[in-house]
Amino acid sequence: MNQEVSFYEVKKYKTGILNWILSTDHKRIGLLYLYSILAFFIVGVCLGLAMKLELIAPGKTIMEAQTYNAVFTFHGIIMIFLIIIPGLPAVFGNFLLPIMIGAKDVAFPKLNLLSWWIYVLGAVVALMSQFMGDGPPDTGWTFYAPYSFKTSTTMLPAIIGAFILGFSSILTGLNFIVTIHRMRAPGMTWLKMPLFPWSLYATGWIQLLSTPIVGITLLMVVAERTMNIGFFDPALGGDPVLYQHLFWIYSHPAVYIMILPAMGTISEIIPTFSQKTIFGYKAVVASTLLIAFVGYFVWGHHMYTAGMSDTAVWLFSLMTFLVAIPSAVKVFNWIATMYKGSINLKVPLYWALGFLFLFMVGGLTGLVLGAVATDVQVHDTAFVVAHFHFVMFGGVGTAFFGAMHYWFPKMYGKMYDESWAKVGFYTFIVGFLLLYMPMFWLGMYGMPRRYYDYLEQFHGGNIISSFGALVLVAGLAIIIINLVTSARKGKKAEKDPWHGKTLEWQVDSPPTLENFDTIPVVEKGPYEY
Amino acid sequence: MENEKHHIVPIKTYVYILIGLIALTFISIGVTHIELGEFTTAGALILASLKSWLVLSYFMHLKFDNVILRIFVALIVLVFAAVVAITFMDYMYR
Repeated sequence: MNQEVSFYEVKKYKTGILNWILSTDHKRIGLLYLYSILAFFIVGVCLGLAMKLELIAPGKTIMEAQTYNAVFTFHGIIMIFLIIIPGLPAVFGNFLLPIMIGAKDVAFPKLNLLSWWIYVLGAVVALMSQFMGDGPPDTGWTFYAPYSFKTSTTMLPAIIGAFILGFSSILTGLNFIVTIHRMRAPGMTWLKMPLFPWSLYATGWIQLLSTPIVGITLLMVVAERTMNIGFFDPALGGDPVLYQHLFWIYSHPAVYIMILPAMGTISEIIPTFSQKTIFGYKAVVASTLLIAFVGYFVWGHHMYTAGMSDTAVWLFSLMTFLVAIPSAVKVFNWIATMYKGSINLKVPLYWALGFLFLFMVGGLTGLVLGAVATDVQVHDTAFVVAHFHFVMFGGVGTAFFGAMHYWFPKMYGKMYDESWAKVGFYTFIVGFLLLYMPMFWLGMYGMPRRYYDYLEQFHGGNIISSFGALVLVAGLAIIIINLVTSARKGKKAEKDPWHGKTLEWQVDSPPTLENFDTIPVVEKGPYEY
Repeated sequence: MENEKHHIVPIKTYVYILIGLIALTFISIGVTHIELGEFTTAGALILASLKSWLVLSYFMHLKFDNVILRIFVALIVLVFAAVVAITFMDYMYR
């Protein structure tokens, strides 16, 4: 095998597409995920924009109430199950994890390809729900019982699609855990491993241990819908709150499946662009593991008003406040890393700083929801929507774009246009704040979420929010067009354009098929400047 | 990593474990015919746990593997037990 050519040039099949969809190369699989996720992201954004346009004025604007219910359901299913959960681990984890730990591939390359195929199968099955039976699902992405087995809309494909997607997540998590345990380069002890692989390791455990729970729960809904077995329906002796318990036992740790790799990305970007060792490496590692661990026990904060016992509410509130501690440790460490660093203000650092600001707003407004008294006021209002979009989109989304701009030269061997990248960043941030900030206010004043109509008093806030959505979409378009054009026509990238210290910056841009000619021997920590 | 030894389990042991699992399955079915009241679920869960332990120990080689792997499994069981306990605590105090 010629080790001099990039992995793009190594072709096993004559037909171009087969070199992608049958490839077991971790880099090609990472890119397959990227393109799949990008396609679904465009659909998800269009659905989100449609919702904001509907809300630009009270009453019916561009769609009926039932259509609105279907749109927010599918927006949620796409954004959560198809984009943010696989997101960073599937794209950047696949592409970079083996390189960052000095390996030639993941531990199970065929299983890795199978994960992508399962992802596609799950996505197709979930999409089928839009075009079958008595109309698209209208339950919201949470499929809450008892409505999810009483609604006449087409629920089964959506639920089974989510069930199948879980397998993809489990297999990816398993693959990463084994890869990290077994395939680190000689000399790379646990405490010499970069922080992005650490975050993937913690995420892998959550994927492995939590996902089966939602799988079983979704099967229980299927059994209830098709065979009238009373798990959740009070009329059949079931308990609807049990559904919420089981659903959130997975879905809250799933938030950490999303955010931990995002934090890992930020932990890579900040030292590189501060040209300084990360402050408190061990504390960042410990906080990653602590977030993953404590994150298992906070699911009930989604259910304060669902009818749980007061004791459970008290316990979940306490645990929720505890999980804020390791998150704050990370934020302080990132800021301390930048302090007296030699700051190189490039586009990836813009995104990392954007992450810090938006994630902190998301995190601090999370405390409003973690405290029982204030949660009762704002539960199921636009406040909650604003909060989780700050965490999910403002946190994970900005980290994803940060990762894209950081590792783009490595992935494509090209540089992007910095000026357009900055325009894209600023447009995104302005649009984001215009879109979601008014929703905090709207929620505080009582505007409920998931309604296609609202009282006249909420009109002003909704106009600003809908206008922000248009600006945000313009920002996204600039970012995507700039990256796509640069991937084709950008300037050639050097091996290490950012002066990074981790192993991926020692291999070619783009890497060769097996990444390294000889497996490196690691002698020092990952961020020793 | 290259120097790790692999423990070879005699086929006879696997056969004994298989027979044990089949026997426990019959016992699981058998106890459903006995009126145990509120202990019915507990009985079923104890038998299921016993079967899981046999599978993990022998078929999945945990008994012969590095101690760290046993610690990992024990931690996972503890996390799972804590999740179940917290869920049931809600029902107990409602």
